[in-house]
Amino acid sequence: MNPILECKSLTKKYGSFTALSNVSLTLDRGKIIGLLGPNGSGKTTLIKLINGLLVPESGSILISGMEPGVETKKIVSYLPEKTYLADWMQVSQVVEFFEDFYENFDSKKAYEMLSDLRIDPKKRLKTLSKGTKEKVQLILVMSRKADLYCLDEPIGGVDPAARDYILNTIITNYNENATVLISTHLISDIEKVLDEVIFIKDGAITLHSSVDDIRLKEGKSVDSLFREVFRC
Amino acid sequence: MQWSIDSERPVYIQLIEHIQANIISGNFKPGDKIPSVRDLAAEAGVNPNTMQRALAELERMGLIFTNRTSGRYITSDTEVIKKLKERSAMGIIEEFIEKMKQIGFNEEEILELLTKTIKEMRK
Repeated sequence: MNPILECKSLTKKYGSFTALSNVSLTLDRGKIIGLLGPNGSGKTTLIKLINGLLVPESGSILISGMEPGVETKKIVSYLPEKTYLADWMQVSQVVEFFEDFYENFDSKKAYEMLSDLRIDPKKRLKTLSKGTKEKVQLILVMSRKADLYCLDEPIGGVDPAARDYILNTIITNYNENATVLISTHLISDIEKVLDEVIFIKDGAITLHSSVDDIRLKEGKSVDSLFREVFRC
Repeated sequence: MQWSIDSERPVYIQLIEHIQANIISGNFKPGDKIPSVRDLAAEAGVNPNTMQRALAELERMGLIFTNRTSGRYITSDTEVIKKLKERSAMGIIEEFIEKMKQIGFNEEEILELLTKTIKEMRK
């Protein structure tokens, strides 16, 4: 099978600022991968390019062999950094909305997770706390049976107990051929569940390695290595 | 037994050690069926691929075996488990002796103290 994601010499500029410069990256199927980098390093830009929300200046992106478009949106489940849901809607209405929208959405699964996290489906989004809203969004995204999950900062706003539940949801729910790309800087919380990490700095990839290789070679956690590499 | 993964050493090695400890302590008995990769991974809070790697390594060591249709089991070969136990004991003893030497005891003194302590603990 072809790789789930193949980027070749990808460059993205915002005016005169180069957000991504000549990024080449291949992601295999069946992996949980951390996209790690400081603020403004290009994480969100890369994820938006994968989702067809931005167009690169040069280079190519192939998702399961296809350019970003309608077909790839069917197989990519995307959690953006900001919410885009109408906040007058009830949680149950958003679930219906997703069910209408995506063929691969499993509302039974969504309701199970909502009940595990004690979120009342009858509540309107605008009455929920920031963290609870984030949980709802993540539940929606993880309830799709996708080939590639792109999660942009999925655990930033939620408490540690819910974080554990969410990580557990990720490792138990994703199917064996699906890849999960998680951008975050909360490394110590998630490094146990990652297969691989990608370090991104000033729009370029500086490291792409398996977590256990880093621990074996460097004798330290990914978190410590990150602090060293990106020391301010 | 609670899974505890420290942050410095490779995760799969720690998983191997944890399962070995469970076998040694009798928590996993010879011939026991072990949970699926997915369940074990969820329990330990680690990536299923990493758990898979640890189990493959344990299989290579002869501590677990796979039945094509019904899953993975702890070996029934008590000889293999006995050897594992002995290796583990040796490790603990060597570490102990090393530490005792560091705080200034020679071999005879170590032995003497050990015998004395065992006697006292029996009371």
